[in-house]
Amino acid sequence: MSGRKIGNFVRLTASYIVLIALSIAALYPAVWILMASFRPGKSLYSKTLIPEQFTLAHYTELFTSPVYMFGTWYANTFKIAISSMLIGVVLTLLTSYAVSRFRFKARKTALSIVLILGMFPGFMSMIAIYLLLKEFHLLDTHMALILVYAAGAPLMGTFIAKGYLDTIPRSLDEAARIDGASNFGIFMKIILPLSRPMITYMALTQFVGPWVDFIFAKLILRTKENWTVAVGMWDMVNTMQNSNFTLFAAGAVMISIPIMILFAFLQRLLVDGLTAGASKG
Amino acid sequence: MQRHRTRAAILSTLFMGLGQIYNRQFIKGIIFLAVEAFSVYYFIGNLGRAIWGITSLGDAASHFEKVKGISKLIPGDHSIYILIQSLITLLVLIVFLIAWSMNIRDAYKTGVELEAGLQSNTFKQTVRYILDYKFAQSFLILPSIGILFFTVMPIIFMIMLAFTNYAAPNHLPPAKLVDWVGFETFRNLLVLKTWSHTFYGVLTWTIIWAVLSTVTTYFGGLLVALLISQRGIRFKGMWRVILIVPYAVPQLISLLLMRNLFNGQFGPINQYLGYFGMGGLPWLTDPFWAKVTVIVVNMWVGIPVSMLLIMGVLTTIPRDMYEAAEVDGATAYQKFRIVTLPMILFSTAPTLIMQFAGNINNFNAIFLLTGGNPVNGNYQYAGSTDLLVTWLYKLTLDQNKNNMASAIGIIIFLIVASFSLYNYRRTKSFKEEDMIQ
Repeated sequence: MSGRKIGNFVRLTASYIVLIALSIAALYPAVWILMASFRPGKSLYSKTLIPEQFTLAHYTELFTSPVYMFGTWYANTFKIAISSMLIGVVLTLLTSYAVSRFRFKARKTALSIVLILGMFPGFMSMIAIYLLLKEFHLLDTHMALILVYAAGAPLMGTFIAKGYLDTIPRSLDEAARIDGASNFGIFMKIILPLSRPMITYMALTQFVGPWVDFIFAKLILRTKENWTVAVGMWDMVNTMQNSNFTLFAAGAVMISIPIMILFAFLQRLLVDGLTAGASKG
Repeated sequence: MQRHRTRAAILSTLFMGLGQIYNRQFIKGIIFLAVEAFSVYYFIGNLGRAIWGITSLGDAASHFEKVKGISKLIPGDHSIYILIQSLITLLVLIVFLIAWSMNIRDAYKTGVELEAGLQSNTFKQTVRYILDYKFAQSFLILPSIGILFFTVMPIIFMIMLAFTNYAAPNHLPPAKLVDWVGFETFRNLLVLKTWSHTFYGVLTWTIIWAVLSTVTTYFGGLLVALLISQRGIRFKGMWRVILIVPYAVPQLISLLLMRNLFNGQFGPINQYLGYFGMGGLPWLTDPFWAKVTVIVVNMWVGIPVSMLLIMGVLTTIPRDMYEAAEVDGATAYQKFRIVTLPMILFSTAPTLIMQFAGNINNFNAIFLLTGGNPVNGNYQYAGSTDLLVTWLYKLTLDQNKNNMASAIGIIIFLIVASFSLYNYRRTKSFKEEDMIQ
């Protein structure tokens, strides 16, 4: 019996050691960048992880410096991310409700097509979208980004949303139908309230996408005032080549904050969303 | 008595809406009439040019001409604009043809009803009918139009580009015209030495990368999940939250940050190695170490996702399976191998395949971290860590080799799509989706 106890003790100790090591590895870069953002000076190099002096200078510089229009970028990104999230969620809901609840000709074909289209390498179509937007004089506008992000949303979200809607018992719909509810009524009164967790999950992912996307944003947004934070940060790293690292760190923290907040609220949901996707198979 | 329905159908064929008016559905008829009038006006202006454009891709490049002794630039045809304009017109034509055939069908059907002595639906009834029975289709119209113009059209456009010679330096509009060349681009890519060497090299690394990055993150996640869910480990929630942190940091930030951390000259990682008396490593500048670095960094980014996924599955494994194994005297390792692993593999197999497909296309991991570098002298415009996708990006945006990039895009797509489609078709959710209800 005591042999087993010792074995257990060794196993647990070893596990704790590994877990601690992994936790350090997981936290270290995040803590490091947070610390760097409070560190005086500009350099990437630092003797210690925790700065000897704390300063908020980099944050003030971000928002006041005429060179970095971080405040403007921040506002732009919020505007784009929120608008495309709203439109995208509505479009995804429409699509997934239709394919989950109704049986019509070519439905499976349509689903397969959506799946395949979602796999096309994104920027393969970027040139075409670029030309299309040019045709409609939308280059360098936020409208263009919103349109494209929102139009792409159903491709990414339909499957997850459909999987969720499939689990809402159809007997609920039928009961409502007997009570005289129209399709639209059922959608508004039954489906929407019941799919709150899924909608939140979808909204989160569709907010984060535009928030951090820089490839497409970089292509479309030409003038500096119109940039999003992602483009700005990318530019910072590329043009300055580490010459002002602490400023980059402060910007990185500012980008991460909204996502971290969303994440903290939705952690539980996110786990459920991911596992729902897995057990679907 | 067959005459009414035929007449309605023929009238609708001649001009959208006429059949509906003949069927005494006036509001619907007028809406259709307006649609057709607008479309005819649009096609008269555009259709001829579209067909000319898509076959010829323009026939006069911009050039200089002497006007009264002074050279003047005469703007010519811009092949690429012509191609995309033609494509848009043809897509609108397809949408119109669908609407048109639906209008004929509708006129015919209403005609049948009228012959049977039924009243034709009033406008209000029609709207009700659509809301009740054609709800799904009408719900799908808006998303479909978005997908048609922002996804399908660009894809068709890019596929077409692969069959042209749209590339720098000789075929870049507006100075030069672009022509159709058939399969030449593909032939160059797969057979011509200068291109094929790079292509097969990059393809090999792409596959190695996809396999390694999928396997490392999956088994890394499995390991962590098992560690946390062991019996006797305390603060499970805390460990989980700590280990998800990398997932919550936006990839854009974590990858750009890692690029700094692994910097060979002043990056902290080499500093630490220095403290321990070890020389720094050329993390991002040596071809081999750069490959190691991207895989390690990708583990940091990817393990939390697998961990969450597998922890979710672990909770669904029935306890009595373990109890049965214990009764049979299984050791911890045997329990893992016979119960845990098969159960996890079974329920995560689809996700695993999707992750593999996703990694083939993992643009961010490479582009933000190494940008495909270090440069490889033997390659055409590609570096040692370039995946097919990042190579494609360089070819289009830096080198203007658009036709080559499109051909590569088609190949990537064929690889990824075949995996995912295979995967999707075998899942239960496709085969037996109505079982849930």
